Amino acid sequence: MLNRLGEQTIVFTNKPRVLGSCSIVGPKEGKGNFGKYFHKVLGDDLFGEDSYEKAESKMMQFAITEAIQDAKITKNDIDILFAGDLMNQITSSSFAARTLQVPYIGLFGACSTMAESLIMGSVYVDGGFAKYVACATGSHFSSAEKQFRYPLELGTQRPPSSQWTVTGTGCSILGCGESPISIVSATIGKVVDWAVNDVNNMGAAMAPAAMSTLKAHLDDTGKKPEDYDLILTGDLGKLGSEILMDLMEYNGYKIGNNYSDCGQMMFTSTQKTFMGGSGCGCGASILNSYVYDRLRTGELKNVLFIATGALMSTVSSQQGNSIPGIAHAVEFCYGGKKDV
Amino acid sequence: MNEQERNERYNAYIEAKMPKTKPWPTLFHAFWTGGLICCLGELIKDLFLYFFPYMSTLDATNWSLIILIILASFLTGIGVYDRIGAYAGAGSIVPITGFSNSIASPALEFKREGLVFGLMAKMFIIAGPVIVSGTVASIIVGLIYLFI
Repeated sequence: MLNRLGEQTIVFTNKPRVLGSCSIVGPKEGKGNFGKYFHKVLGDDLFGEDSYEKAESKMMQFAITEAIQDAKITKNDIDILFAGDLMNQITSSSFAARTLQVPYIGLFGACSTMAESLIMGSVYVDGGFAKYVACATGSHFSSAEKQFRYPLELGTQRPPSSQWTVTGTGCSILGCGESPISIVSATIGKVVDWAVNDVNNMGAAMAPAAMSTLKAHLDDTGKKPEDYDLILTGDLGKLGSEILMDLMEYNGYKIGNNYSDCGQMMFTSTQKTFMGGSGCGCGASILNSYVYDRLRTGELKNVLFIATGALMSTVSSQQGNSIPGIAHAVEFCYGGKKDV
Repeated sequence: MNEQERNERYNAYIEAKMPKTKPWPTLFHAFWTGGLICCLGELIKDLFLYFFPYMSTLDATNWSLIILIILASFLTGIGVYDRIGAYAGAGSIVPITGFSNSIASPALEFKREGLVFGLMAKMFIIAGPVIVSGTVASIIVGLIYLFI
């Protein structure tokens, strides 16, 4: 029997559980709207290292280790680590895996990696190929600026449509065991490209992908947007999330009251981040703290988390390619009787 | 609606919805900061001429440029110039201080990749195009000047 619904959605019959989580963010994120919810806020975004790339990797390592502790298991119990990040050749994740010495599968989905890793982890747990998996991703403002934009100390102005890469990492431990949070289904997105070329407007580039995945999820499962307590996108930002609402309305779905975007909510209006946060760590840090906290208590019962990613590189955009977007959706549920 | 038509419509919709830079405040910030930097240059030149009466105006101008370049590199190093740039925009990019910042900031950024392939190789990633186009333009102007 295929555990599939419709065209793009997979259903987890054994309902993998979220057993533990950890989020760690930089100082600016700590001063943002979610500062009090994160597990650790760094005072120094170098995290005691001598480069931002090393700091990013150390944050990943920290989040995975703490999440394992939170799940009350040990490092040796982890059957597979699924992790990815924004650095070239996903070095932050691989270097963290080198230190941790757990079986590791590296992923790249740009900023959609949190959902991507959760989907991969859930499939392994649901299929009986792993008892415990760790799913992690993160990003760092300074390393991302260096790779994708300008040197930090260059005196340029950011355009008003730009977003601010979040310094943050999140890790979820999935597996068999007792936990109120279960993963019910997931929708794997297609690469969607509506010919947006502006690298300073990632929200607009990714919104069609989010629309495509959300629409596919609703069509496949037969659910309505109002069936969810919260539909949460990863890092569309203020503009991108408004575009998503417009696109959904154009397609005959009304999302509004129960819809939020991590990028839009991450920073306060005085933090000068324009359209809000972006990056792998944006959705990952909020999901692994605030959202799970509310799912654990039952304050939120059905959450659809859609992480969005822009699948471009500096080379591809300099050669004039448009920015392809991708989005994956993961459906979380409070409770659920059946155990793995 | 075919794909191309949809993309065109979507891009037009984004163009209309996108937040725009407000021209007047931006211009005002650039004008007064850029003007202030230029006045500072003039002041340094005048001070040189005042304290060294036998110095030529050209020499005094050169000293003024050197001091502005050092000052901007210093401000880049202590993390101040990028804040000035975020406020002033072109006002702090166009004067020679901006050029200094555009060389000092990649040097700082890439020093972790080593002295040769990091600092030295990457130092001109921002300023390089300016130097190339300046050199090419001067060749063209020189050629025109030769024949007229």
